[in-house]
Amino acid sequence: MTVLGTQGLVMDIPERPDGVPLDLEVRPGQIWGVLGPNGAGKTTLLQTLAGLRRPRRGRVLLDGWALAAYRRKAVARHLAVVFQERQDGFPATVLETVLVGRHPYLAPWDMESAEDIAIARDALARMDLAALEARLVSTLSGGERQRVAIATAIAQTPSVWLADEPTNHLDLRHQVAVMELLRAEARAGRGVFLCLHDINLAARWCDHLLLLYPDGEACWGAADRMLVPEALERLYGQPLARAEVDGAQVFVPAGGATSARPQTRQGGTQ
Amino acid sequence: MGAAEQNMSSARSAAAGRVGLRRIVLPLALLAVFAALSVCVAVAVGSVPVGPAELWAVFTGDGAPLHRTLVIELRAPRALSAFAVGGLLAAAGALMQVLLRNPLADPYVLGVSGGAAVGALGAMLAGLGAAVVSGSAFAGALLSTLLVFGLAHGTGSWTPTRLLLTGVVVASGWGALITFLLAVGPTDQLPGMLYWLMGDLAYARTPWMALAMLAGICLLILPMARSLNVLARGPLQAAALGVPVRVVEWSVYVVASLMTAVAVTTAGSIGFVGLVVPHMLRLVLGNDQRLILPAAALAGGALLALADTLARTLIAPEQLPVGVITALLGVPTFLFLLYRSR
Repeated sequence: MTVLGTQGLVMDIPERPDGVPLDLEVRPGQIWGVLGPNGAGKTTLLQTLAGLRRPRRGRVLLDGWALAAYRRKAVARHLAVVFQERQDGFPATVLETVLVGRHPYLAPWDMESAEDIAIARDALARMDLAALEARLVSTLSGGERQRVAIATAIAQTPSVWLADEPTNHLDLRHQVAVMELLRAEARAGRGVFLCLHDINLAARWCDHLLLLYPDGEACWGAADRMLVPEALERLYGQPLARAEVDGAQVFVPAGGATSARPQTRQGGTQ
Repeated sequence: MGAAEQNMSSARSAAAGRVGLRRIVLPLALLAVFAALSVCVAVAVGSVPVGPAELWAVFTGDGAPLHRTLVIELRAPRALSAFAVGGLLAAAGALMQVLLRNPLADPYVLGVSGGAAVGALGAMLAGLGAAVVSGSAFAGALLSTLLVFGLAHGTGSWTPTRLLLTGVVVASGWGALITFLLAVGPTDQLPGMLYWLMGDLAYARTPWMALAMLAGICLLILPMARSLNVLARGPLQAAALGVPVRVVEWSVYVVASLMTAVAVTTAGSIGFVGLVVPHMLRLVLGNDQRLILPAAALAGGALLALADTLARTLIAPEQLPVGVITALLGVPTFLFLLYRSR
């Protein structure tokens, strides 16, 4: 079964050729990572998958049905999005902010129930934020706000996670905590789909990878088949050195000037 | 889950529902009492004061004929108009602030009031009757709304900054037109036009349309209030949480413009109520729109009823435009709040 899939999906990025249409299948229990240089369209892909942007071609499937056929509120009960950028125009406490994640479950006249509040508190505890419940979000650090955003998505109790750089601004301990949380979510039968900057986080926690090139080319598949130095070097235009530490592959930039240039790569290798 | 446990959890949820509701109902009840008191003060104070006992007698159907005429025929329509206009302006301000995610937005700043003023002054200059002046003000407010949102939308999407800037520029355009109309207007009409510009309730005789509008729109917009809370987090986040962003944004803008148009048509352009009242309430009550929107309607109404009472008693028998009072109260309050918030 596929919780989130695409059929011949081409993102609508102005002045960019169609490139390779994406046929992705995210199954329950899988963690997908999207790697690519700046401007490759990672965030656009995430927004397209969330139904917040129209694709140029193809379609997105949620639980086997066309995403476009769902009502927005029904989508929000299935699928949580953690954005990279957030707006906190008006003052709100941490608990109020996380309670917003319950919005898709409430009818217009409903007030949040004790269950909703319990779910929100539980989400705060899982993100190590229980002590900050009454604080104003505007007084928090960048990393704490990132955790509030993830807690909001937890409170949404989604069956699919879409997260744009979920480890942004986080210290090492919380980076690991967030990736462990996402792994636990996957083990509980949910689909997880992440944009990542850090190859090493992807190598350690993702079981499937999508490499997105700036010209629209792409390839995807099981992580161990994608984590090939040559492919990654082409992706970032940066020579890499690989090592194995603590049972995981680690990629670091190789010394010297950058000489490798991004080349196109044809087709997907499923 | 056992039956006992289920009972307990439903009891708990009921309790939390009450707690959540109490958080909203208690401040609103207090504000409602305050609003009722302010309207009572407004009908009691004046050249012939009416004491509490006499006021009670009038309300229960007794009382001296003079008091009855004073309270029911002269002061009550004006006090209720003031209340309705204040409520409309404050609630419209609160809505526009959420819509633009900017605490500086209000009907006055965004040029809606200016458009209404140009419409009204133009009709007055043309020597048209009161009904046409009102209709023309209404048309001016709506035209201004369409202009601001149409231009700010441009070829791309609305950004709050562009919307606010467009509103400010359109507002100053209306300001220039108003000055022009005043310059070419005949001298004998100037006092009436000026009063209209500063906001004046002296000619407000029928509060019912504004009051009905206020009550109707509060009922209409309240079910949307939680969506507005989500919208305050940004349109993308709101869409991801299941809010139909376009629909909500357009409804809020149309509703806020209608409210402003009715308010301006009733009493001229009164500044600062839409800016100061929601801002003060947010400092005390937080930013839950389910609470802020009705609270703004009540507090704005009470404030304007009191301000209008001041306007007609401060230098009695002369009357001041109520806009002078709201500006004189609003400017220092707002500056103080801004100063203290950093």
